[in-house]
Amino acid sequence: MITKRIIPCLDVRNGRVVKGVNFEGLADVSSPVELGQYYSRCGADELVFYDITASAEGRALFTDILCEVARTIFIPLTVGGGINTVDDFDRVLKCGADKVSVNSGAIRNPKLVYEAAKKYGDQCVVLSADIKRVDGVFRVFAKGGRENTGMEAIEWIRQCVSMGVGEVVVNSIDTDGVKNGFDLEMLAEVCDAVNVPVIASGGAGCMEDFTTLFKTLPKVDAGLAASIFHFGEVKIKDLKTKLAGENIPVRI
Amino acid sequence: MIAIIDYGVGNLFSLKSSFAAIGTDAYVTRDPAAVAAADKIILPGVGAFGDAAKKLRDCGMAEVVTAEARRGKPLLGICLGMQLLFEKSYEYGEHEGLGLIRGEIRPIAEQISEGLKIPHIGWNALQFTEKPSRLFRCIKNGDHVYFVHSFSGTGCAESVIATAEYGAPLVSAVEDGSVFGCQFHPEKSGDVGLNILRAFCSMEVGKC
Repeated sequence: MITKRIIPCLDVRNGRVVKGVNFEGLADVSSPVELGQYYSRCGADELVFYDITASAEGRALFTDILCEVARTIFIPLTVGGGINTVDDFDRVLKCGADKVSVNSGAIRNPKLVYEAAKKYGDQCVVLSADIKRVDGVFRVFAKGGRENTGMEAIEWIRQCVSMGVGEVVVNSIDTDGVKNGFDLEMLAEVCDAVNVPVIASGGAGCMEDFTTLFKTLPKVDAGLAASIFHFGEVKIKDLKTKLAGENIPVRI
Repeated sequence: MIAIIDYGVGNLFSLKSSFAAIGTDAYVTRDPAAVAAADKIILPGVGAFGDAAKKLRDCGMAEVVTAEARRGKPLLGICLGMQLLFEKSYEYGEHEGLGLIRGEIRPIAEQISEGLKIPHIGWNALQFTEKPSRLFRCIKNGDHVYFVHSFSGTGCAESVIATAEYGAPLVSAVEDGSVFGCQFHPEKSGDVGLNILRAFCSMEVGKC
Protein backbone atom coordinates (compact mmCIF):
# COMPACT_ATOMS: atom_id res chain seq x y z
CA MET A 1 0.00 0.00 0.00
CA ILE A 2 1.19 3.50 -0.78
CA THR A 3 2.23 5.23 2.43
CA LYS A 4 1.15 8.67 3.57
CA ARG A 5 3.96 11.15 3.02
CA ILE A 6 5.32 13.62 5.58
CA ILE A 7 6.96 16.58 3.90
CA PRO A 8 8.96 19.38 5.53
CA CYS A 9 9.10 22.60 3.55
CA LEU A 10 12.21 24.78 3.61
CA ASP A 11 12.13 28.44 2.58
CA VAL A 12 15.43 29.51 1.08
CA ARG A 13 16.58 33.09 0.62
CA ASN A 14 19.96 33.85 -0.96
CA GLY A 15 20.96 30.24 -0.49
CA ARG A 16 20.15 30.07 3.23
CA VAL A 17 17.18 28.53 5.01
CA VAL A 18 14.88 31.08 6.56
CA LYS A 19 13.31 30.10 9.90
CA GLY A 20 15.79 27.36 10.79
CA VAL A 21 16.04 27.72 14.53
CA ASN A 22 16.93 25.04 16.97
CA PHE A 23 18.28 21.63 16.14
CA GLU A 24 20.17 19.17 18.21
CA GLY A 25 23.33 17.94 16.58
CA LEU A 26 23.18 20.40 13.75
CA ALA A 27 25.91 22.99 13.54
CA ASP A 28 24.41 25.19 10.86
CA VAL A 29 20.62 25.20 10.81
CA SER A 30 20.46 27.68 7.99
CA SER A 31 22.35 25.44 5.58
CA PRO A 32 19.81 23.86 3.20
CA VAL A 33 22.17 20.94 2.69
CA GLU A 34 22.60 20.15 6.38
CA LEU A 35 18.98 20.70 7.24
CA GLY A 36 17.89 18.57 4.29
CA GLN A 37 20.20 15.76 5.36
CA TYR A 38 18.89 16.02 8.89
CA TYR A 39 15.28 15.67 7.72
CA SER A 40 16.20 12.83 5.39
CA ARG A 41 17.80 10.98 8.34
CA CYS A 42 14.69 11.62 10.46
CA GLY A 43 12.45 9.91 7.92
CA ALA A 44 11.05 12.77 5.82
CA ASP A 45 9.50 11.23 2.70
CA GLU A 46 10.20 14.16 0.46
CA LEU A 47 11.61 17.68 0.74
CA VAL A 48 10.20 20.88 -0.64
CA PHE A 49 12.57 23.78 -1.24
CA TYR A 50 10.96 27.11 -1.78
CA ASP A 51 13.13 29.83 -3.29
CA ILE A 52 11.89 33.13 -1.93
CA THR A 53 14.76 35.14 -3.40
CA ALA A 54 13.85 38.03 -5.67
CA SER A 55 17.23 38.78 -7.25
CA ALA A 56 19.02 37.02 -10.10
CA GLU A 57 22.10 36.54 -7.91
CA GLY A 58 20.02 34.87 -5.23
CA ARG A 59 18.44 32.63 -7.84
CA ALA A 60 21.83 31.48 -9.12
CA LEU A 61 22.87 30.80 -5.54
CA PHE A 62 19.73 28.71 -5.10
CA THR A 63 20.50 26.45 -8.06
CA ASP A 64 24.05 25.92 -6.76
CA ILE A 65 22.64 24.93 -3.38
CA LEU A 66 20.07 22.67 -5.02
CA CYS A 67 22.81 20.75 -6.85
CA GLU A 68 24.61 20.35 -3.54
CA VAL A 69 21.42 19.06 -1.90
CA ALA A 70 20.72 16.60 -4.72
CA ARG A 71 24.28 15.28 -4.53
CA THR A 72 23.78 14.13 -0.96
CA ILE A 73 20.06 13.50 -0.40
CA PHE A 74 18.38 10.57 -2.11
CA ILE A 75 14.68 11.17 -1.59
CA PRO A 76 12.33 13.06 -3.91
CA LEU A 77 12.93 16.81 -4.08
CA THR A 78 10.32 19.36 -5.05
CA VAL A 79 11.30 22.89 -5.91
CA GLY A 80 9.12 25.96 -6.07
CA GLY A 81 9.37 29.73 -6.11
CA GLY A 82 10.00 31.89 -9.14
CA ILE A 83 8.86 29.27 -11.66
CA ASN A 84 7.41 31.26 -14.55
CA THR A 85 8.63 29.55 -17.72
CA VAL A 86 9.53 26.12 -19.08
CA ASP A 87 13.15 27.29 -18.89
CA ASP A 88 12.71 27.67 -15.13
CA PHE A 89 11.60 24.02 -15.00
CA ASP A 90 14.68 23.08 -16.95
CA ARG A 91 16.94 25.10 -14.66
CA VAL A 92 15.90 23.30 -11.46
CA LEU A 93 15.40 19.83 -12.97
CA LYS A 94 18.99 19.89 -14.23
CA CYS A 95 20.11 20.46 -10.64
CA GLY A 96 18.41 17.31 -9.43
CA ALA A 97 14.84 18.37 -8.61
CA ASP A 98 12.23 15.68 -9.30
CA LYS A 99 9.13 17.85 -9.26
CA VAL A 100 8.54 21.52 -9.83
CA SER A 101 5.86 23.46 -8.07
CA VAL A 102 4.08 26.33 -9.81
CA ASN A 103 1.84 28.96 -8.25
CA SER A 104 1.75 32.58 -9.46
CA GLY A 105 3.51 31.54 -12.67
CA ALA A 106 0.57 29.31 -13.60
CA ILE A 107 -1.94 32.03 -12.70
CA ARG A 108 -0.19 34.50 -14.98
CA ASN A 109 0.18 31.94 -17.76
CA PRO A 110 -1.97 28.78 -17.42
CA LYS A 111 -0.34 27.35 -20.57
CA LEU A 112 2.83 26.88 -18.53
CA VAL A 113 1.26 23.84 -16.86
CA TYR A 114 0.37 22.26 -20.19
CA GLU A 115 3.74 22.93 -21.78
CA ALA A 116 5.74 21.68 -18.81
CA ALA A 117 3.62 18.54 -18.44
CA LYS A 118 4.03 17.75 -22.10
CA LYS A 119 7.79 18.14 -21.89
CA TYR A 120 8.55 16.55 -18.51
CA GLY A 121 5.48 14.43 -17.75
CA ASP A 122 2.49 15.08 -15.47
CA GLN A 123 4.27 13.60 -12.44
CA CYS A 124 6.76 16.45 -12.60
CA VAL A 125 4.28 19.32 -12.37
CA VAL A 126 2.94 20.26 -8.95
CA LEU A 127 0.31 22.97 -8.53
CA SER A 128 0.64 24.93 -5.33
CA ALA A 129 -2.62 26.77 -4.67
CA ASP A 130 -2.99 29.44 -1.97
CA ILE A 131 -6.68 29.45 -1.08
CA LYS A 132 -8.78 31.65 1.17
CA ARG A 133 -12.48 31.95 1.86
CA VAL A 134 -13.95 35.21 0.63
CA ASP A 135 -17.66 35.65 1.40
CA GLY A 136 -17.99 31.90 1.78
CA VAL A 137 -16.32 31.06 -1.53
CA PHE A 138 -12.86 29.49 -1.93
CA ARG A 139 -10.73 31.94 -3.90
CA VAL A 140 -7.25 31.57 -5.37
CA PHE A 141 -4.68 34.06 -4.13
CA ALA A 142 -1.49 35.06 -5.91
CA LYS A 143 1.81 36.67 -4.93
CA GLY A 144 2.37 34.71 -1.75
CA GLY A 145 -1.24 35.07 -0.64
CA ARG A 146 -1.37 38.85 -0.93
CA GLU A 147 -3.57 39.24 -4.00
CA ASN A 148 -7.06 37.88 -4.59
CA THR A 149 -7.27 36.68 -8.19
CA GLY A 150 -11.05 36.36 -7.96
CA MET A 151 -10.83 32.84 -9.40
CA GLU A 152 -12.88 30.09 -7.78
CA ALA A 153 -10.35 27.67 -6.30
CA ILE A 154 -11.86 24.25 -6.95
CA GLU A 155 -12.50 25.08 -10.59
CA TRP A 156 -8.96 26.44 -10.94
CA ILE A 157 -7.48 23.23 -9.53
CA ARG A 158 -9.68 21.08 -11.76
CA GLN A 159 -8.60 23.09 -14.79
CA CYS A 160 -4.91 22.75 -13.92
CA VAL A 161 -5.24 18.99 -13.44
CA SER A 162 -6.91 18.66 -16.82
CA MET A 163 -3.94 20.54 -18.30
CA GLY A 164 -1.46 18.12 -16.79
CA VAL A 165 -0.81 18.93 -13.14
CA GLY A 166 0.17 15.66 -11.45
CA GLU A 167 -0.14 16.69 -7.82
CA VAL A 168 -1.81 19.51 -5.89
CA VAL A 169 -0.59 21.26 -2.76
CA VAL A 170 -3.52 22.93 -1.02
CA ASN A 171 -2.34 25.83 1.16
CA SER A 172 -5.18 27.14 3.24
CA ILE A 173 -4.49 30.79 4.06
CA ASP A 174 -7.33 30.61 6.58
CA THR A 175 -5.65 27.96 8.72
CA ASP A 176 -2.01 28.79 7.98
CA GLY A 177 -0.13 29.78 11.10
CA VAL A 178 -3.16 29.18 13.35
CA LYS A 179 -1.83 25.74 14.40
CA ASN A 180 -5.31 24.43 15.03
CA GLY A 181 -5.35 21.69 12.41
CA PHE A 182 -5.49 21.36 8.63
CA ASP A 183 -8.38 22.86 6.66
CA LEU A 184 -10.41 19.66 6.36
CA GLU A 185 -13.39 21.30 4.72
CA MET A 186 -11.30 22.83 1.94
CA LEU A 187 -9.27 19.64 1.46
CA ALA A 188 -12.40 17.49 1.22
CA GLU A 189 -13.67 19.59 -1.67
CA VAL A 190 -10.37 19.34 -3.51
CA CYS A 191 -10.21 15.55 -2.98
CA ASP A 192 -13.70 15.19 -4.44
CA ALA A 193 -12.81 17.29 -7.46
CA VAL A 194 -9.59 15.64 -8.66
CA ASN A 195 -7.97 12.21 -8.87
CA VAL A 196 -4.32 13.15 -8.47
CA PRO A 197 -2.38 13.18 -5.18
CA VAL A 198 -3.45 15.95 -2.79
CA ILE A 199 -0.99 17.42 -0.28
CA ALA A 200 -2.38 19.24 2.73
CA SER A 201 -0.62 22.38 3.89
CA GLY A 202 -1.35 25.05 6.47
CA GLY A 203 -2.55 24.64 10.02
CA ALA A 204 -0.65 21.71 11.52
CA GLY A 205 0.12 22.44 15.16
CA CYS A 206 0.66 19.00 16.67
CA MET A 207 0.87 15.31 15.83
CA GLU A 208 -2.86 14.77 16.32
CA ASP A 209 -3.56 17.17 13.46
CA PHE A 210 -1.90 14.70 11.10
CA THR A 211 -3.80 11.71 12.50
CA THR A 212 -7.06 13.60 12.13
CA LEU A 213 -6.14 14.62 8.59
CA PHE A 214 -5.42 11.11 7.33
CA LYS A 215 -8.29 9.48 9.23
CA THR A 216 -10.92 12.01 8.17
CA LEU A 217 -9.74 12.31 4.59
CA PRO A 218 -8.26 9.02 3.36
CA LYS A 219 -7.80 10.53 -0.09
CA VAL A 220 -5.22 13.02 1.16
CA ASP A 221 -1.77 11.65 0.29
CA ALA A 222 0.59 13.83 2.27
CA GLY A 223 0.91 16.43 5.00
CA LEU A 224 3.28 19.35 4.55
CA ALA A 225 4.50 21.70 7.25
CA ALA A 226 7.36 24.06 7.95
CA SER A 227 7.70 25.73 11.33
CA ILE A 228 6.46 22.91 13.56
CA PHE A 229 9.21 20.71 12.13
CA HIS A 230 11.81 23.48 12.10
CA PHE A 231 11.11 24.46 15.70
CA GLY A 232 11.09 20.83 16.80
CA GLU A 233 7.50 21.02 18.07
CA VAL A 234 6.77 17.90 16.06
CA LYS A 235 9.56 15.42 15.42
CA ILE A 236 9.09 13.48 12.20
CA LYS A 237 10.25 10.20 13.73
CA ASP A 238 7.75 10.45 16.59
CA LEU A 239 5.02 11.55 14.21
CA LYS A 240 5.51 8.51 12.00
CA THR A 241 5.58 6.15 14.96
CA LYS A 242 2.32 7.64 16.14
CA LEU A 243 0.69 7.38 12.71
CA ALA A 244 1.81 3.75 12.39
CA GLY A 245 0.28 3.07 15.83
CA GLU A 246 -3.02 4.41 14.53
CA ASN A 247 -2.86 2.07 11.53
CA ILE A 248 -2.06 4.82 9.05
CA PRO A 249 0.46 3.43 6.54
CA VAL A 250 3.80 5.23 6.76
CA ARG A 251 7.37 4.49 5.81
CA ILE A 252 9.45 3.91 8.93
CA MET B 1 33.45 1.23 -13.99
CA ILE B 2 29.73 1.61 -14.42
CA ALA B 3 28.30 3.11 -17.59
CA ILE B 4 25.06 5.07 -17.24
CA ILE B 5 23.51 5.26 -20.68
CA ASP B 6 22.49 8.72 -21.82
CA TYR B 7 20.14 8.47 -24.79
CA GLY B 8 18.38 11.78 -24.27
CA VAL B 9 15.54 10.76 -21.96
CA GLY B 10 15.45 12.02 -18.43
CA ASN B 11 17.86 13.58 -16.07
CA LEU B 12 20.79 11.57 -14.79
CA PHE B 13 22.07 13.94 -12.11
CA SER B 14 20.66 12.04 -9.11
CA LEU B 15 21.59 8.66 -10.51
CA LYS B 16 25.19 9.72 -11.05
CA SER B 17 25.27 11.30 -7.57
CA SER B 18 23.96 8.13 -5.94
CA PHE B 19 26.88 6.10 -7.30
CA ALA B 20 29.28 8.77 -6.06
CA ALA B 21 27.59 8.51 -2.64
CA ILE B 22 28.35 4.78 -2.42
CA GLY B 23 31.91 5.31 -3.61
CA THR B 24 31.57 3.76 -7.06
CA ASP B 25 32.89 5.27 -10.26
CA ALA B 26 30.11 5.78 -12.75
CA TYR B 27 30.14 7.78 -15.93
CA VAL B 28 27.30 9.05 -18.06
CA THR B 29 27.88 8.24 -21.70
CA ARG B 30 26.38 8.52 -25.17
CA ASP B 31 29.13 6.36 -26.70
CA PRO B 32 28.30 2.68 -27.41
CA ALA B 33 32.02 1.83 -27.26
CA ALA B 34 32.21 3.17 -23.70
CA VAL B 35 29.27 0.96 -22.75
CA ALA B 36 31.01 -2.07 -24.26
CA ALA B 37 34.13 -1.22 -22.22
CA ALA B 38 32.28 -0.82 -18.87
CA ASP B 39 32.00 -3.51 -16.17
CA LYS B 40 28.32 -2.89 -15.63
CA ILE B 41 25.54 -1.02 -17.37
CA ILE B 42 22.70 1.15 -16.07
CA LEU B 43 19.78 1.76 -18.42
CA PRO B 44 17.76 4.66 -16.98
CA GLY B 45 14.72 6.34 -18.48
CA VAL B 46 11.60 8.39 -17.90
CA GLY B 47 8.91 9.31 -20.39
CA ALA B 48 7.12 7.32 -23.05
CA PHE B 49 8.20 3.81 -24.08
CA GLY B 50 7.84 4.19 -27.86
CA ASP B 51 9.93 7.34 -28.02
CA ALA B 52 12.61 5.96 -25.69
CA ALA B 53 12.90 2.63 -27.54
CA LYS B 54 13.37 4.48 -30.81
CA LYS B 55 16.05 6.78 -29.36
CA LEU B 56 17.88 3.81 -27.86
CA ARG B 57 17.96 2.08 -31.25
CA ASP B 58 18.81 5.21 -33.24
CA CYS B 59 21.93 5.92 -31.19
CA GLY B 60 23.18 2.36 -31.53
CA MET B 61 22.82 1.63 -27.81
CA ALA B 62 20.11 -1.02 -28.10
CA GLU B 63 22.42 -3.33 -29.99
CA VAL B 64 25.35 -2.90 -27.58
CA VAL B 65 23.22 -3.28 -24.46
CA THR B 66 21.60 -6.46 -25.76
CA ALA B 67 24.93 -7.97 -26.83
CA GLU B 68 26.68 -7.12 -23.54
CA ALA B 69 23.78 -8.42 -21.45
CA ARG B 70 23.72 -11.69 -23.39
CA ARG B 71 27.43 -12.08 -22.61
CA GLY B 72 26.61 -11.89 -18.92
CA LYS B 73 27.59 -8.29 -18.15
CA PRO B 74 25.41 -7.05 -15.27
CA LEU B 75 22.69 -4.73 -16.56
CA LEU B 76 20.22 -2.78 -14.42
CA GLY B 77 17.21 -1.08 -15.98
CA ILE B 78 15.52 1.59 -13.88
CA CYS B 79 11.87 2.72 -14.24
CA LEU B 80 11.29 3.07 -18.00
CA GLY B 81 14.73 1.49 -18.39
CA MET B 82 13.37 -1.67 -16.76
CA GLN B 83 10.32 -1.65 -19.02
CA LEU B 84 12.58 -1.44 -22.08
CA LEU B 85 14.13 -4.79 -21.08
CA PHE B 86 10.79 -6.48 -21.80
CA GLU B 87 9.66 -7.90 -25.14
CA LYS B 88 6.86 -5.48 -25.80
CA SER B 89 4.90 -2.51 -24.46
CA TYR B 90 1.32 -1.46 -25.00
CA GLU B 91 1.88 2.16 -23.97
CA TYR B 92 -0.01 4.19 -26.59
CA GLY B 93 0.24 1.59 -29.36
CA GLU B 94 2.45 -1.44 -29.56
CA HIS B 95 6.22 -1.14 -29.28
CA GLU B 96 9.06 -3.61 -29.29
CA GLY B 97 11.51 -3.68 -26.38
CA LEU B 98 14.93 -5.28 -26.03
CA GLY B 99 13.49 -8.72 -25.25
CA LEU B 100 15.94 -9.49 -22.42
CA ILE B 101 13.10 -10.19 -19.98
CA ARG B 102 10.15 -12.27 -21.09
CA GLY B 103 6.87 -10.36 -20.69
CA GLU B 104 4.94 -7.27 -21.69
CA ILE B 105 4.32 -3.79 -20.32
CA ARG B 106 0.68 -2.91 -19.82
CA PRO B 107 -1.27 -0.02 -18.24
CA ILE B 108 -1.67 -0.26 -14.46
CA ALA B 109 -5.29 0.81 -14.99
CA GLU B 110 -5.98 -2.62 -16.56
CA GLN B 111 -4.55 -4.42 -13.55
CA ILE B 112 -6.04 -2.65 -10.54
CA SER B 113 -9.46 -1.85 -9.16
CA GLU B 114 -11.07 1.41 -10.17
CA GLY B 115 -10.85 4.49 -8.00
CA LEU B 116 -7.13 4.26 -7.25
CA LYS B 117 -5.05 7.15 -8.46
CA ILE B 118 -2.84 6.75 -11.50
CA PRO B 119 0.16 7.07 -11.68
CA HIS B 120 1.19 4.82 -8.81
CA ILE B 121 3.26 7.48 -7.08
CA GLY B 122 4.91 7.49 -3.67
CA TRP B 123 6.62 5.13 -1.23
CA ASN B 124 5.44 1.53 -1.27
CA ALA B 125 6.69 -1.66 0.39
CA LEU B 126 8.51 -4.31 -1.62
CA GLN B 127 7.07 -7.77 -1.23
CA PHE B 128 9.69 -10.33 -2.15
CA THR B 129 8.64 -13.35 -4.19
CA GLU B 130 10.03 -16.85 -3.59
CA LYS B 131 12.62 -16.35 -6.30
CA PRO B 132 16.04 -15.83 -4.69
CA SER B 133 17.51 -12.45 -5.59
CA ARG B 134 21.06 -11.15 -5.74
CA LEU B 135 19.92 -7.58 -6.28
CA PHE B 136 18.08 -7.50 -2.94
CA ARG B 137 20.69 -9.19 -0.80
CA CYS B 138 21.39 -5.96 1.14
CA ILE B 139 17.74 -5.05 1.87
CA LYS B 140 14.81 -6.80 3.51
CA ASN B 141 11.29 -7.80 2.63
CA GLY B 142 8.88 -4.93 3.37
CA ASP B 143 11.42 -2.13 2.81
CA HIS B 144 9.93 0.96 1.16
CA VAL B 145 11.02 2.37 -2.18
CA TYR B 146 9.84 5.30 -4.30
CA PHE B 147 7.63 4.68 -7.34
CA VAL B 148 6.32 6.87 -10.16
CA HIS B 149 4.72 4.94 -13.03
CA SER B 150 1.51 4.36 -14.95
CA PHE B 151 2.51 1.13 -16.74
CA SER B 152 4.01 -2.08 -15.38
CA GLY B 153 5.32 -5.52 -16.30
CA THR B 154 3.03 -8.52 -16.90
CA GLY B 155 3.52 -12.11 -18.02
CA CYS B 156 6.98 -12.22 -16.44
CA ALA B 157 6.29 -14.51 -13.45
CA GLU B 158 9.57 -16.44 -13.75
CA SER B 159 11.71 -13.32 -13.35
CA VAL B 160 9.75 -11.31 -10.75
CA ILE B 161 11.67 -10.81 -7.49
CA ALA B 162 9.31 -8.27 -5.88
CA THR B 163 5.86 -6.79 -6.19
CA ALA B 164 4.17 -3.82 -4.53
CA GLU B 165 0.55 -3.86 -3.42
CA TYR B 166 -1.59 -1.22 -5.15
CA GLY B 167 -5.02 -2.69 -5.71
CA ALA B 168 -3.07 -5.66 -7.12
CA PRO B 169 0.49 -6.90 -6.73
CA LEU B 170 2.32 -4.76 -9.30
CA VAL B 171 5.60 -6.06 -10.68
CA SER B 172 8.30 -3.97 -9.00
CA ALA B 173 11.57 -5.72 -9.79
CA VAL B 174 12.81 -8.48 -12.09
CA GLU B 175 15.98 -10.53 -12.26
CA ASP B 176 17.08 -13.07 -14.84
CA GLY B 177 20.72 -14.12 -14.68
CA SER B 178 22.66 -10.88 -14.80
CA VAL B 179 19.77 -8.81 -16.16
CA PHE B 180 18.04 -6.75 -13.44
CA GLY B 181 15.21 -4.26 -13.46
CA CYS B 182 13.65 -1.92 -10.87
CA GLN B 183 10.33 -0.28 -11.61
CA PHE B 184 10.98 2.12 -8.72
CA HIS B 185 13.80 4.67 -8.39
CA PRO B 186 16.66 3.35 -6.23
CA GLU B 187 18.35 6.76 -6.57
CA LYS B 188 15.32 8.32 -4.83
CA SER B 189 14.68 5.58 -2.27
CA GLY B 190 16.98 6.68 0.53
CA ASP B 191 19.33 4.14 2.14
CA VAL B 192 17.29 1.19 0.86
CA GLY B 193 17.84 2.37 -2.71
CA LEU B 194 21.55 2.93 -2.15
CA ASN B 195 21.84 -0.60 -0.75
CA ILE B 196 20.26 -2.00 -3.89
CA LEU B 197 22.81 -0.10 -5.99
CA ARG B 198 25.60 -1.40 -3.71
CA ALA B 199 24.47 -4.97 -4.34
CA PHE B 200 24.42 -4.34 -8.07
CA CYS B 201 27.92 -2.82 -7.98
CA SER B 202 29.34 -5.88 -6.26
CA MET B 203 28.29 -8.28 -9.02
CA GLU B 204 30.76 -9.77 -11.42
CA VAL B 205 30.62 -10.36 -15.14
CA GLY B 206 29.32 -13.73 -16.22
CA LYS B 207 28.55 -15.01 -12.70
CA CYS B 208 24.91 -15.79 -12.10
